[in-house]
Amino acid sequence: MGDLDRASIGGEPLLRFRDDEPHDEPAVTLDSFLAEQTNATAVRLEAGEDARALLPHLDRLALIEVSFPTFRDGRGYSAGRILREAGYAGELRAAGDVLVDQLPLMRRCGFDSFAPETEIDAATLRASLDRYGDHYQAAADPVVPVWRKRHG
Amino acid sequence: MYRYDQYDQAIVDARVDEFRDQVRRRLAGQLTEDQFKPLRLMNGLYLQLHAYMLRVAIPYGTLDSRQLRTLAGIAREFDRGYGHFTTRQNLQFNWIKLEDTPTILERLAKVEMHAIQTSGNCIRNISSDQFAGAAADEVTDPRPWAELLRQWSTFHPEFSYLPRKFKIAVIAANEDRAAMRLHDIGIQLVEQDGAVGARIYAGGGMGRTPMIAPLIRDFVPVDDLMSYLEAALRVYNRYGRRDNIYKARIKILVHEIGADEYRRQVEEEFVAVKQLGIDPPRAELERIQAMFAAPAFSADAPEAIDRSDPDFAVWLDQNVAAHKQPGHAIVTISLKSIGGIPGDASADQMDLVADLAERYSFDELRVTHAQNLVLPHVRKADLPAIWTRLREAGLAEANLDLVTDIIACPGLDYCSLANARSIPLAQKLAVRLAPRQHDLGELKVKISGCINACGHHHAGHIGILGVDKKGVENYQLSFGGSGAEDVSLGKITGPGFDEDGVVDAVDRATCTYVELRQAGERFLDTYRRVGMQPFKEAIYG
Repeated sequence: MGDLDRASIGGEPLLRFRDDEPHDEPAVTLDSFLAEQTNATAVRLEAGEDARALLPHLDRLALIEVSFPTFRDGRGYSAGRILREAGYAGELRAAGDVLVDQLPLMRRCGFDSFAPETEIDAATLRASLDRYGDHYQAAADPVVPVWRKRHG
Repeated sequence: MYRYDQYDQAIVDARVDEFRDQVRRRLAGQLTEDQFKPLRLMNGLYLQLHAYMLRVAIPYGTLDSRQLRTLAGIAREFDRGYGHFTTRQNLQFNWIKLEDTPTILERLAKVEMHAIQTSGNCIRNISSDQFAGAAADEVTDPRPWAELLRQWSTFHPEFSYLPRKFKIAVIAANEDRAAMRLHDIGIQLVEQDGAVGARIYAGGGMGRTPMIAPLIRDFVPVDDLMSYLEAALRVYNRYGRRDNIYKARIKILVHEIGADEYRRQVEEEFVAVKQLGIDPPRAELERIQAMFAAPAFSADAPEAIDRSDPDFAVWLDQNVAAHKQPGHAIVTISLKSIGGIPGDASADQMDLVADLAERYSFDELRVTHAQNLVLPHVRKADLPAIWTRLREAGLAEANLDLVTDIIACPGLDYCSLANARSIPLAQKLAVRLAPRQHDLGELKVKISGCINACGHHHAGHIGILGVDKKGVENYQLSFGGSGAEDVSLGKITGPGFDEDGVVDAVDRATCTYVELRQAGERFLDTYRRVGMQPFKEAIYG
């Protein structure tokens, strides 16, 4: 799963599962990225925005931040997978109402960076990430699905 | 039957551990009720009017005697000695303490059961045909496919926070015993050029805006099924409405953009998803299918049945269905005793049914969406013995699909969403109409205590919806619904009634049917032929 790094950005806690340094350019909105700030390397996607709009530009992006306005809003999970499926290798950050019980699912959808609104307890997170050794589905992480373990 | 391997068991065990931790954090105040709610819901734990309710998953309604005995034990130890079988082929315990739930889940895990995704805005328990593997009219046993879907949908990382709950049914016969087209996704397995694949319907449902699912794809080969469903769910997850809980089901999305546009988007997504290699190999379906191989039926089981006891003969004609294997039969055990609570079974009754399954039905049982139980594989020669024991336990009501075989939601007696009581009305109706039930023939009555339609009233030949009218319980009556292969949605008769009034109205409607029916017509057929008017006149005079 990658080791967890605790960093911070602008004083806010940041959980990262990447070896590189956090990207420090502030993320621009999707609209301004597409219209005027086409040289930006960090973009923020709001929950309802189409992640596919970024696909032609993935190779020059270092950070994509996906907003989770409430933990109940699951659109960001699809956004994450769509970006990873298209080959995006940069930092993929879940920002907003990111809670410990949803974080493992986000990891499976390709997120490797988390900017939670409220701090996440380290021990609970560790237990939560380590709990499931087996997963039924293939997703946007390196997990080997159970059916492949069964059949090779 | 499916048996867990090390992976299935490890996942369910981890779930118990996870939920134990979540309950601990909730009780310690580390989780707010708002944060805990979706977590407990995804484990089937609801806070009802009087206590917590725990909904246990019975995947595609199949279980064995060991599992049913475990449910009976839980009912005795942690509930009030009974359980309630639901329209999703699950079982609910209505009087559960929060702190007991981890222990209950641990007991369930020991017999390969769980409560995963029996609630919440995720993919719910996959339902199927209760006669699967026994019916003569199926192209294949749908349960291995349902098990494949159970595994795919369990803790799906992308689809655990959908706009709203998501229900899938899988059938493999033209006769629809699972209300397939009233599901978010309905799958009918069909044969094409010698291969079995999935015909996909999407956007059906009940609730306050009932819809019949349109056909989305005529045939999806097994090798593409997960990719196709993943595409179908992704379009919904991204574009289903999240601004209004009542408009968040996939049926609203499909209705608003149209089936053609939904199909176009799914097909486009499917092209992308298919390249990811997320479909299990065919060997996985075959592995599961091997566990659903037909039991060792005796080839020379006699056909003859002694009909000399008239009560037995009535039950035989009503509750026993044809089996694909000569000399065998399918028994439906009614959980609709006249005046009883639809779908309830006591712990002792569960134990008895478990004994019968073990002794007479190759240790297999089914739960039906109409809230009854099934012994799927019994020898005809054993029917009298089975009937005798059922009768001793108060389980031999000969009313399958008759007017007293009522589907009812828990209603205002239990449910915090309900506007009106369902159970007492079902009891009154059954008592009133029982004397005429055999003359009335097939007549499906379904009662919901609120607009969420858990009692499937839209699909009732006679449907009843409880509403709150200025603080008073009021019941709307509708006719002409069906959840079967002749699927249709009921139409409201007119102004509503109080509890006694709606019983009288149903009574009068059945009299009108008797007057107008032609040979062989069910209530539904007569209604469809003559329309609402004669019934309206009888009811509102």
